[in-house]
Amino acid sequence: MNVLVCLKRVPLAGSTFLLTPDSKDIDTKHLGFGISPHEENAVEAGVQLVEQMGGSLTLLTLGPTEAEEQLRSQLAIGASRAILLETDGEDWDPQATAAALVEAVKAEETQFDLLLFGAESADSAGYQIHIRLAHALGLPIVTNVKSMKIENGIAECERVVGTTREIYQTPLPAVITVRDGLNIPRYPSVPGRIQARKKPVDHKKPTAQVPKLEKVSLSVAPSNTAGAQVLGKGAEAVPALVEVLKTIGILA
Amino acid sequence: MSTVPSKAKAVVIGAGIVGNSIAYHLARLGWRDLVQIDKGPLPNPGGSTGHASNFIFPVDHSKEMTAITADSVRQYRELGTFTQCGGIEVARTPERMQELTRRISSGKSWGVPDSRLVTPAEIKELVPYIDETVILGGFYTPGVGVVDSLRAGTLMREKAVEMGALQTFANIEVLGMDVEDGRIKRVRTDHGDIEAEYVVIATGCWSPRLAKMAGASIPLTPAVHQMKDIGPVPFFADSRGDIEWPIIRDMDTNMYERQHGTGLEVGSYAHRPILYTPEDIPSNALAALSPTEFPFTQDDFDIQDEHSLELMPDIIGDENVREKYAINGILSLTPDGQSEIDLHSSDIARFREHQKTTFHVKARTAEGFNKTYGIVHPSEQYESNRNVRLSPFNDREKELGAVFFETAGWERPFWYESNSSLLAKFGEAVMPRTSEWEARWWSPIINAEHLQMRETAGIVDLSAFALFDVTGPGALALAQKVAVRQMDVAVGRVVYTPVLSQNGGFKSDLTIMRLGKDHFRVVTGGAHGMADKKWFSDQLPADGSAQIVDLTSAFTTIGVWGPKAREILSAITSDDVSHESFKFSTCKMIEIGSLRVLASRISYVGDLGWEFYVPIEQGAKLWDALWNSGKNHGLIPVGIGVYGTTGRLEKSYRAYGGELETEYNVVEAGMQTPKIKEQDFIGKEAHLRHRAEKPVTTLCSLTVDDHTSSTGEKRYMLGKEPILTLDGGPIIDSHGRRSYVTSAGSAPSLGKHVLMSYLPTDLAVPGSKFLVEYLGEQYPVTVAGVGSTPLFDPENGRILS
Repeated sequence: MNVLVCLKRVPLAGSTFLLTPDSKDIDTKHLGFGISPHEENAVEAGVQLVEQMGGSLTLLTLGPTEAEEQLRSQLAIGASRAILLETDGEDWDPQATAAALVEAVKAEETQFDLLLFGAESADSAGYQIHIRLAHALGLPIVTNVKSMKIENGIAECERVVGTTREIYQTPLPAVITVRDGLNIPRYPSVPGRIQARKKPVDHKKPTAQVPKLEKVSLSVAPSNTAGAQVLGKGAEAVPALVEVLKTIGILA
Repeated sequence: MSTVPSKAKAVVIGAGIVGNSIAYHLARLGWRDLVQIDKGPLPNPGGSTGHASNFIFPVDHSKEMTAITADSVRQYRELGTFTQCGGIEVARTPERMQELTRRISSGKSWGVPDSRLVTPAEIKELVPYIDETVILGGFYTPGVGVVDSLRAGTLMREKAVEMGALQTFANIEVLGMDVEDGRIKRVRTDHGDIEAEYVVIATGCWSPRLAKMAGASIPLTPAVHQMKDIGPVPFFADSRGDIEWPIIRDMDTNMYERQHGTGLEVGSYAHRPILYTPEDIPSNALAALSPTEFPFTQDDFDIQDEHSLELMPDIIGDENVREKYAINGILSLTPDGQSEIDLHSSDIARFREHQKTTFHVKARTAEGFNKTYGIVHPSEQYESNRNVRLSPFNDREKELGAVFFETAGWERPFWYESNSSLLAKFGEAVMPRTSEWEARWWSPIINAEHLQMRETAGIVDLSAFALFDVTGPGALALAQKVAVRQMDVAVGRVVYTPVLSQNGGFKSDLTIMRLGKDHFRVVTGGAHGMADKKWFSDQLPADGSAQIVDLTSAFTTIGVWGPKAREILSAITSDDVSHESFKFSTCKMIEIGSLRVLASRISYVGDLGWEFYVPIEQGAKLWDALWNSGKNHGLIPVGIGVYGTTGRLEKSYRAYGGELETEYNVVEAGMQTPKIKEQDFIGKEAHLRHRAEKPVTTLCSLTVDDHTSSTGEKRYMLGKEPILTLDGGPIIDSHGRRSYVTSAGSAPSLGKHVLMSYLPTDLAVPGSKFLVEYLGEQYPVTVAGVGSTPLFDPENGRILS
């Protein structure tokens, strides 16, 4: 079983964040970086599959040189190797990103049985890359998967849409995008970190397409500044608490 | 929206452990009408207090730091926020094992109970998850513990509120501070202005920014300390509470490991220094964690991962023990974080202007950062930002092979390589040191210079002296108020005087020249000069009748001492410098060639001679004049190694920061005069009381009888070692003060190594035998002098010749 997981380096923001002076990007001067939370589920799934079935787990990202930090962190969790398609730091539009990923997958000697994505990236949430990639490679795709079972070259995937559950079967190779609920992602251990330093990360220069989509500007949505509301102290607070629990549908 | 009071006695900005403690202590001291504000929420406003690992190791080589730590622990215990767990500093190298024996000595000197050296096997018993095969031993202190600093701060605030002294407001941002006529007037916030008599800036890593609002500067820099919390650890599964297992400091890798609940915190001071400015720190809302928990940079921790794995493979090597939390935590560090020299090393007045620059703060903090757990030699010199203050004869000194040490930014020759030819002349009398530790930052040339000065004469660069004039109709009154000795003396007298605090402890010792009816010149050490100037300035009369002018950078000082000093001077001056017409303890203007020079006949080295003061631009010419005249009389350049140590120790002269400090009084230091002046002075009441009672302790000079260690090598103490009874017990006076070495150094003219120490007065008897503990071994010593009687030339015949 050869699994590929695609990742994106994204800023980890606080309760609010700053924009750059031209309002086209998030100002990351105070921020650390990670990967999108749903991608953590994808890596965890990949690690578990390789643990169970053998094979390899490859990580693939497109981003600046610094994205190697994110790859190393996921290598520390159990991936075998990683590929970094290096950009000059500018965000690529979905079409260009997908084309670069396709190019990289085709260049691989490894035939991937499963190509995992997070359902969306945490920063831009375009929901496009995986579909474009599946299309370009002529592969089936199931999105927004919360449960997955693989047997005899068939992936059985469960996705939740509103209050209904949909179950699909797809032959491998396939593209599957996953979300929270699929598993509980593990954090790196120190031995994992040490091993990750020795694992291969291939830095490649992807072919850059002329972008067709132009990001005009970002604006920060006004946040709910009310913050926490004190309902009361001790037993006196119970009626108010019950009201709130009813309002949000936890109590009937 | 809440508003803040419009007036307060004092505003404390910051609700971290420091601000909370200040508010509480001010309240306890009777202050009322206190307002405390913080930009962040309570109880954790987002500063360093909220993420600190919070452990306390009681033993430090600095007496002051050890005392502050002991008092902190006492307070935390009273608040019920201290959990004792013990702690071990482990050694991986023989050098560190030696350093740990020095820790033992410091523990004994400062009275920290129960610290002891432990073997790897004993460490394994205490900390079963350590790999004892990678360590050589450790320094175990049972009293180590952790404090819940957020809880402690909350309790302190609550107590101040209960006393009716304090109002605290969270989520208040300071926008500015108004200063009028040099005094703080108000703090402006986003919730209104507060008029205040006093404002305390207790904002840790933000404090430079706040200080700037008031036109002040606080020289510290935000710096990263990396920490990783891993777990859950199966071995700690049954742990209850915060901490049960001893904290490990892995000194040689600059790291620590401490159990925290079911996790293990691994911290490091080993990574590259990562410094920020306060402007780099985000607000609470913009920060992903807290403002002072910056994103962890794993690259900087890669080597630390391997080091911690070596030490605790059972836990850290467990694949199922995972990173729970990792931060680049922001701390605030000062540029002299390693300072062990200045006993007033917590006084912000210690900083000179150049030491407050961002460049200096960053350079020194970066250099000091990796020495956090380092083996720091008592004489260790900084490498960064040197050559800030150079004497006018610096070029001459370089040509003579001067080895420079830094004092308050000044480059001072400690000895001159050009004098190495004297080593052969004096042979074993230079007391050569074979051990690398004692030979470090030292040279036998110092002792050769000493011996040659006693035969002929030496020229000494004293440019680092701090000088300031007190002038005006109120000058005499001010001098009288500060000085213990009589200052209403004839013009041209030079007075060496203690300066006391109200309780009669030492504030300083310094020299004052009366240059005119309303004109006094204060001469004091470079390191402590700023604090002395502030002490004088604090006593200035409100009516403006006296002024203080800093002349440190206006005048330079050269000393010439030795039997040939008068011949050297006579040859180049037409003034009468005979003993009869230029008496000891006097000063006057003389002519040396084309220069008008203020000459002062005093001595800190025990030989005839003068200090010469000229405007700084004339310094080189004066040096050349003295040097050329001296050629015919065997004049040699002499470094501060002689001036500050060997010369003064032979004469039992005291040094501020060594023997003289607030904990001891004039009588104990043996510096009382037969009569006391009529006029009032600060500390007089206490001083009179001290004179009336028998001193509890008395400063003595001791000589080392046998230097031979168990390996047959001769060892020489460097200072701060405990003095012990012949059966190895501590010596403690009735006020609880322990005997320890306040100064140590060669006395080449006596052929002895001299130690100064206070001894309980009953034990302060010439000929009494004691032990000194040095690097884990004990050496016999004998009391050679009690009080201020010099060991060398006790009649002062040389000085008065």
